[in-house]
Amino acid sequence: MSVAPELSSRLEPILQRHQWRPDRLVQILREVQDELDYLSDETVLYLAGRLQMSRAQVQSTRDFYAFFYKENRGKYRILFSDNITDRMAGNQALFEHMLKRLKLEPGKVSADGLVSVDYTSCTGMCDQGPAILVNNRAIPRMTPRRVDEICDLVRNAVPLAQWPAEYFKVEDNIERADVLLGSKVEAGAAINAAIARGRDGMLAEMKISNLRGRGGAGFTTAVKWEACRNAPGVERYIVCNADEGEPGTFKDRVLLQSYAGLVFEGMVIAAYTVGAQLGLLYLRGEYLYLLPQLEAYLDGMRAAKLLGKNIAGVPGFDFDIEIHLGAGAYICGEETALIESLEGKAGKPRVRPPFPVISGYMNKPTVVNNVETLCKTTEIAIQGGAWYEAIGTKQSTGTKIISVSGDCERPGLYEYAFGVRISQVLEDCGAHDAIAVQVSGASGVCLSEREFGRRIAFEDVPTAGSFMIFGKQRDMFEVARNFAHFFAHESCGFCTPCRVGTTLMQDIMDKIAEGRGTQYEMNELLRLQQVLKPGSHCGLGQTAGNAVADTVQKFRPAYERRLAETDFVPAFDLDAALTRARELSGRDDAAAHLGVEA
Amino acid sequence: MSDMNSATSANTFSIDGQRIAFESGQTILQAALAAGVYIPHLCHHPELKPHGSCKLCTVVVNGRNGSACTQKATPGIEVENNTPALNDRRRVLLQMLFVEGNHFCPGCEKSGNCQLQALAYDLEMLAPHFRHAFPARPVDASHPDVWLDLNRCVMCELCVRASRDLDGKNVFMLAGRGAESRVVINSPSGLLGDSTLTIDDRAAHVCPVGAILPKRVGYAVPIGERQFDAEPISHQVDYLAHRHIPIVPVATQTENS
Repeated sequence: MSVAPELSSRLEPILQRHQWRPDRLVQILREVQDELDYLSDETVLYLAGRLQMSRAQVQSTRDFYAFFYKENRGKYRILFSDNITDRMAGNQALFEHMLKRLKLEPGKVSADGLVSVDYTSCTGMCDQGPAILVNNRAIPRMTPRRVDEICDLVRNAVPLAQWPAEYFKVEDNIERADVLLGSKVEAGAAINAAIARGRDGMLAEMKISNLRGRGGAGFTTAVKWEACRNAPGVERYIVCNADEGEPGTFKDRVLLQSYAGLVFEGMVIAAYTVGAQLGLLYLRGEYLYLLPQLEAYLDGMRAAKLLGKNIAGVPGFDFDIEIHLGAGAYICGEETALIESLEGKAGKPRVRPPFPVISGYMNKPTVVNNVETLCKTTEIAIQGGAWYEAIGTKQSTGTKIISVSGDCERPGLYEYAFGVRISQVLEDCGAHDAIAVQVSGASGVCLSEREFGRRIAFEDVPTAGSFMIFGKQRDMFEVARNFAHFFAHESCGFCTPCRVGTTLMQDIMDKIAEGRGTQYEMNELLRLQQVLKPGSHCGLGQTAGNAVADTVQKFRPAYERRLAETDFVPAFDLDAALTRARELSGRDDAAAHLGVEA
Repeated sequence: MSDMNSATSANTFSIDGQRIAFESGQTILQAALAAGVYIPHLCHHPELKPHGSCKLCTVVVNGRNGSACTQKATPGIEVENNTPALNDRRRVLLQMLFVEGNHFCPGCEKSGNCQLQALAYDLEMLAPHFRHAFPARPVDASHPDVWLDLNRCVMCELCVRASRDLDGKNVFMLAGRGAESRVVINSPSGLLGDSTLTIDDRAAHVCPVGAILPKRVGYAVPIGERQFDAEPISHQVDYLAHRHIPIVPVATQTENS
């Protein structure tokens, strides 16, 4: 191929860095896109040849991830975070403003090939939205003025590295600290404490602590560790799930930004306890900005003998950590999808069993833990399981970090012992007129005012950490519709109910929004939920209809005021179908329209 | 109940109260089909590894939903299968598959041999119910012997698995995400004609619907005399359990017919 020599000189250093390994494909594609701006079919063919993979395999991975582009989307690829909290902060007006200033259509590159502007799923800046990503670099706190400034920078083709540094400043916003966020532990202290307890001793303390996973499912961490330790085989892996994609969650971002030592030491402790040789931290692509400082921290740990060979002087305790980046796929928060992505493939959940503790990364025993869970293991290493177990409730021990966003005076992180009431959180963050709280994100539960006495705990309201507050001026139908669009966009497409059902649900919500819904559509939403929930392959599909079902039940007037009064209105809009004909004929007078529906 | 329990020896379980013997390692679906018990399914084929994506075979095992094609049979489990609630859900899944693609049975060469159509008849799916997506999907006629019409594709990945696991070729791959999912071809141009697929590949004959069809075979077996014309699919358990992917060179079939 004629362009191959040029491609070769630009891409070979990337391929060499990744040792031409097909399992590094997601990382390779990300870096190649940084180099070439997009991943054309020609590039795919070239990479397939160099990696000795089939062209279709490379294409399959490229086409799965939202941040990989097969066509040119410009030197500047701007994405507006489109979580409901961004919407409440006015992201749509800013989006329209930027499109107008740059004379663009959504998702389409400018004629000169310079810039494109589109929406993306929640980028984890909900306490400081509206947020955007420019070539995956996060810029929070967008204002009309900042939109104007960015338009000027783009027009003048100022390199991203020269944009004002304050744009990229991401605040921690720690509003309430407890054990974890208040910790001041010396580097290495937790690792040394775990080693002092011994492998069996550490596992015993983990069991006593009754620590449960903070990613949402609440599986007992010690059981996972023990199963992995006892699984047959020599190679073992520790995976840190930092693919924090649940809308409204941003606690892991803060932990990685300001408590990275606890996260990494938690991985080392897990490795010591189960006997793993390699750790992989899967960082969501939206948090690319954290990569340099995380890499620097790992270098520091290696220098301090907290990573590498004979860690902390223990002969044969060899362990190191690699960071992998995601590329815009919520499903990769599901642990087996995450493992597929780590192996360079499309992030589609595997059939379980076998579970990752038996057959995970590279089909070897693998522990997958959430960022916050790993931080908690450092507390157990230092303070012991009994101390830990005394905090929180019997079934939900320890503290939990909650990411508070939406209608309140002080959005940010709030750490409480498990068992805190919803009303307490609302009071502490200054939410005075809340009508609803969406707990644990789009896949979680929507609580109305009369449920604010309930408690955050696995046995009452479990949560991965998201806590989005809606004041009395908010329209809960639009909240649910935003989530319906989110799931239709994020469904991986593997199983029938989720692949088709999330789109059907989205379309019905849109039909109701257009004023064409009737009681029939209300019934249809619940009917779809009854297929999605029990029938989907993984948690995404099983929870995709929760927000819709909750709001239909608890905020029914928000739906009913939109319903047409007839029994049924067809989804097909005859008059809208004639739009193209009107454009072609240059007519838009009354006679060129059909009567609007009854 | 007591005689039921005593009958639950080491290698049996129950489906809708009927006792099923199984061999170690068998899935619920394999054991059921071997015992002559029908569980609706689409993405499963006895010659290929379990996949678990179509979800038609979802059953309730000891109160929990699971795919019969991927879940291993274990002693004493109680499986609900042929219940009104599960069949209602299966009907909705079929409707989803019908509106997701472009399925026009009267003009399809696969009619009568089509597993999707047979399932829809058997589960009494009277109408597609949901709004049709009417996706624009290309037809690929570039291969000399095989016709690819993705309008009829149901994303079961049987062709992907057959090409990879039986033919050793990796001609097909599922790409994209969610509603944008689609089968892509592993060839420099992306066209089937440029791929290594040949008419005697098993992947060329495994499609349960009419997405992959041999060329120059037009109604060689008349409508009315085809596999699922004779009897509803639910009555053809023996066929489903023991079928082989045919390897029929196109010339032979036309000569014989």
